[in-house]
Amino acid sequence: MSVLREKLENTNDVVFTAEFPSVDGAGMAGVEKNVARLAPWFDAVNATDNPAAHAHASNTTTAIAMKMHGLEPIMQIVCRDKNRLAIQSDMMGASLHGITNISLLTGDDVTAGDEPESRRVFDIDSAQAINIARGMAGGTYLSGRAIKPAPDFYIGAVENAAAPPFNYRIQRALKKHRAGAKFLQLQICYHPDRLEAFCKGVAEVAPDLKLIPTFLLVKSAKSLDYVHNKIPGIDVPAATIARVRNANNQRDEAYKLTLELARHALSLPGVRGLHVTDFRHDDSLVEFISDLGRRPRN
Amino acid sequence: MLKKLLPVIEHALKKPIWDCRMCGQCVLHSTGMTCPMTCPKTLRNGPCGGVREDGNCEVKPEMPCIWVKAYDRTISLPLPKVWKEHYNELRPPVDMQLQGTSSWINLVTKRDQQTPVGWAAPDGKH
Repeated sequence: MSVLREKLENTNDVVFTAEFPSVDGAGMAGVEKNVARLAPWFDAVNATDNPAAHAHASNTTTAIAMKMHGLEPIMQIVCRDKNRLAIQSDMMGASLHGITNISLLTGDDVTAGDEPESRRVFDIDSAQAINIARGMAGGTYLSGRAIKPAPDFYIGAVENAAAPPFNYRIQRALKKHRAGAKFLQLQICYHPDRLEAFCKGVAEVAPDLKLIPTFLLVKSAKSLDYVHNKIPGIDVPAATIARVRNANNQRDEAYKLTLELARHALSLPGVRGLHVTDFRHDDSLVEFISDLGRRPRN
Repeated sequence: MLKKLLPVIEHALKKPIWDCRMCGQCVLHSTGMTCPMTCPKTLRNGPCGGVREDGNCEVKPEMPCIWVKAYDRTISLPLPKVWKEHYNELRPPVDMQLQGTSSWINLVTKRDQQTPVGWAAPDGKH
């Protein structure tokens, strides 16, 4: 059983997950270096699927490489680049290599990336992909063709707690849960009030759904500006950016801000862990989760 | 004859009002009379996470997110209660074989309700 599943389903431990840096040219040596950095601290790490619509080594091969080197992957699959056949073969291929944590999401549009002229696929959407994964875990492809034995998927998804239509986001989380999602990694959120309303609402309608909010480590107000202006679906309040901009030490203030947001998130119902991501991979990632009570694993 | 004529009539009526894309499996009633096929990602089960703070589309910043519209309209339009209740139903993947056919015919014949066997498969052990 995956560590992520074991911890989320059978313990009350807080889980920590992170993002595996996209693999381009550094080969297995690069993978090993990142595994060595992340493995002592994180329960499972996302193997992303062409994040922000930029091509990289594929989700499946990255997940396999991570697993080979001893880091548990959460393999993401986005609906932008593959049709339903390819998405099912991604999942089956992952299962072949013993990868069971699968997270299914819509994905940024092709226009968010560096090849905006690409055809966008979106043959199925995330809720449909989740239901197909659930069906596969039950022993059938979408067509009904049998899979024996059925893959032992632990299915996850992503939701944005702080994007319009705000009042619908809880229902959408419930829809994904009903389709088969057991955990939700939440989009980066700089509105603690919205996150709180979302988590409380989800805890009421789907108490078994495990919530994992995401926090982004930034070093400056400029980075927050970038997030606000460039990452779809993330709004950073002007007052939050000003707080960092007006500080004597922007780096310290940004860190303090993120820590405050994370501590607040951990106090919310349904929240079972944190997902941490950063732009530039530095020591603050480890410092951050240490400050939140994480100790390295043996 | 009817099979050829109805799609033409349907498109002539629904294109100007809802920008109908003739998917052949109309769900307008359950989406606040807002066509999900006009979403640039053709999402049938609600908004993506990229909706802008002003409620507009990630892909087309000048266009309101169709799912924000669908949600608002589901609440505000005087639609039958049962239609409103269908708003958060899990809609199956689009059957690409129905593209260009009349959703009216597919509704009457219930062809639009056919889904692949694995869609409604029972839960596994997870």
